Amino acid sequence: MEWIFLVLAVLVIAFGVAVVLVNRRRSAPPTPTERRPVEPPVPPPEPGSGGTTLEEAPPVEVAEVVEAPVEVAPVSLRDRLAKARAALSGAFGGILGRTGITDESWDELEEALLRADVGVGLTDQLLDDLRARVRSGEVTDPGQLLQALQDDMRARLAGADRSLAYVEGDGPNVWMFVGVNGVGKTTTIGKLGYQQVQSGRTVLMAAGDTFRAAAAEQLATWAERSGAELVRGAEGGDPSSVVFDGVERAAARGIDLVLADTAGRLHTKTNLMEELRKVRRVAEKGSGRVTETLLVVDATTGQNGLAQAREFGEATQVTGIVVTKLDGSAKGGVVFAIETEFGIPVKLVGVGETIGDLVPFDPDEFVSALFDQ
Amino acid sequence: MFESLSDRLDGIVKRLRGKGRLTEADVDVVMKEIRTALLDADVNVTVVRSVCNRIREKAIGAARSQSLDPGQQVVKAVHDELTRILGGETLKISYASKPPTVVLMAGLQGSGKTTNSAKLAAWFKAQGRQPLLVGADLQRPAAVEQLRTLGRQIDVPVYSEPSDPVSTASRGLEEAKRLGRDVLIVDTAGRLSIDAEMMEQVRQISVAVEPDYTFLVIDAMTGQDAVQTAEAFHATLQIDGVILSKLDGDARGGAALSVKEVIGRPIAFASTGEKLDAFEQFHPDRMSGRILGMGDMLTLIEQAEKAFEKEQAEEAAAKLMEGEFTLDDFLEQMQQIKKMGSLGSLLGMMPGMPKELKGAKIDDDDLKPIEAIIRSMTPEERRSPNIINGSRRTRIADGSGTTVGDVNRLVKQFGDMQKMMKKMGLAGRPGKGGKKGKKGRGGRPGAGMPDLAALPGLGAPGAPGLPGFPPSR
Repeated sequence: MEWIFLVLAVLVIAFGVAVVLVNRRRSAPPTPTERRPVEPPVPPPEPGSGGTTLEEAPPVEVAEVVEAPVEVAPVSLRDRLAKARAALSGAFGGILGRTGITDESWDELEEALLRADVGVGLTDQLLDDLRARVRSGEVTDPGQLLQALQDDMRARLAGADRSLAYVEGDGPNVWMFVGVNGVGKTTTIGKLGYQQVQSGRTVLMAAGDTFRAAAAEQLATWAERSGAELVRGAEGGDPSSVVFDGVERAAARGIDLVLADTAGRLHTKTNLMEELRKVRRVAEKGSGRVTETLLVVDATTGQNGLAQAREFGEATQVTGIVVTKLDGSAKGGVVFAIETEFGIPVKLVGVGETIGDLVPFDPDEFVSALFDQ
Repeated sequence: MFESLSDRLDGIVKRLRGKGRLTEADVDVVMKEIRTALLDADVNVTVVRSVCNRIREKAIGAARSQSLDPGQQVVKAVHDELTRILGGETLKISYASKPPTVVLMAGLQGSGKTTNSAKLAAWFKAQGRQPLLVGADLQRPAAVEQLRTLGRQIDVPVYSEPSDPVSTASRGLEEAKRLGRDVLIVDTAGRLSIDAEMMEQVRQISVAVEPDYTFLVIDAMTGQDAVQTAEAFHATLQIDGVILSKLDGDARGGAALSVKEVIGRPIAFASTGEKLDAFEQFHPDRMSGRILGMGDMLTLIEQAEKAFEKEQAEEAAAKLMEGEFTLDDFLEQMQQIKKMGSLGSLLGMMPGMPKELKGAKIDDDDLKPIEAIIRSMTPEERRSPNIINGSRRTRIADGSGTTVGDVNRLVKQFGDMQKMMKKMGLAGRPGKGGKKGKKGRGGRPGAGMPDLAALPGLGAPGAPGLPGFPPSR
């Protein structure tokens, strides 16, 4: 009898889906005659409503609260990547060990790029260019080959503005953090908040991740460590109202910068992406303006990172990429693909767990780290 | 999830099908595509190479043998290879003779250990066990707090102490014995596989609690690094199985293929959603069917059986065949189906769904207008929609917050479906002289499945047609 259930299920689902799709197609260019469900305008939440509370961290206590020894001087990305180099130098050592450029050289080069998650499309492009230059006699030995590849990759990363946009003027700047689950948004905010406070800005962290259990506690710990203020809401509450409250609070107190955390979400969940759009809109309802929307990408991410960049970019106008966990064995090559394909610059790199372990992205170092011998 | 991989392989398969002769050049082209498809799906480079070599050998063999349908043989080689890689048995959990059964969770930062610890606890609870969770992640701020909150949600106690992870874990073990809990799940801090100090710490935790099962949590979106990470953790901890997290996104899951191939340990569980019960045992054989575009029928059936009330469903099916299926019945069945899971995930499990449908982002909310329309009808209208005239239409549209056009379309498509079902019902009964389904009814279990291509409503302008199920391979 099993198949009866199936027939039913298949039919009902197929029918339901077909109706949905037909309706969607028809309403794609919304005609004036057709009534579409209109999203009710978002009323700016009242400050203090929606169960948000303000917590202030007394900046005086910071020194005692910080548990880990604070590394203030940004560590070099190259140093951090030292551990990961061994594997790569093996591949390139083989290429350099030969007197000429052989089929094996190409295979090894390709494998190294693929292993770094650069992606098969971009790898093909890079190698096709190189092959042409070898054919034309411009590149003749293995050393030149590696050099040419590095130069090419650097050139593709050149010229991007990697600074974090901050606009002086009335109203706080809002930097919003988005990304899939578990990439390190909250940790990144903690580190960045600390650095911004150190550089003399006043900072407020808005705990817009109201979904994950204890996410606000995690951010609270970071706020305490860095001497930033914190606005949080009830677990399961409306993230936009938390962010809105954060911005209003910052405006009232003349705080320069609001770092808005959001819950991790898979970019395929349309309702959650819609929620994120709303957070982005509401953040600018009052006196704040969103000057950065940073997509946090885990260095271990594979080709799915491209889908993440496309979807989050479309929903929230991403202005920069933060690549985290680059101190592990993953090379983070997908951010190279993201920047090349979507033109979204990589701005920050997370290379460790202590509060100072967030450094500006340096394309030369990034490429060198991939090619170091 | 695996859609893109299966789509691309499907494309290759289609092109090869029916090719009378296969040259080595053909094989080269095909191999390049297979390779790209696998790499795009984040299958590990080394694994791709060995897989491609094996497929290639078989393909060349097929090309040389000049057999009748060499294309079919290449297709078979691809299928065999994928099934072999993913294949194997579902990991069966056996419980320690002297409780508690200890489970250790390990993985990189952000892979989802804490969430999956709670999900696993909920799973054990559903199996009639009494788990205890231990929060040994003292690294990440508020990690223990997160575990406690999740523990409250699933009503499972959580033990932790702010000392050090190793002693927390062994005290947790004592605590489980004292409380008579028969499963102990130890959540640990995320760590990088190259962090020697942290790897030593997790090894010590493992020595202290002597786990019966050590699970490595891997993010389904992981790229090439998955293999390196898995190898490193396996070398330190002897991994028993993998928990694949965040499998509900569109990640192609090549990491899953690779890890299984490289460390030889199965994927034990998969996490398929944000809710704590979105967690299931991983069935490799079903997953390979899913990759190969055959759908995940078994899971679908299982979920259907769980959700549907049998008598009701049989009654509805009978009505369906008689062509007496009303909008009321439809509404009822839709409620049942909602219990099975999200529409998107169900679609993914169905065999032979065209790309347009699989790729379509369907939210359960999208069904709301349909529901609203039907609910705005009177019982009489639901029984016989053909009485719906102009003024009724306007009333229904107003009542449901939709347009007259929406109502019209729904009624028309429903009518088409009814007609189709009637035909099928006749066809299904020998001796009634109905038309036989043209295709898609081959020896698959569950034969007699409707050929959706015959469903005129679904071929309505603007909607992607639903082709029939592919013939069994």
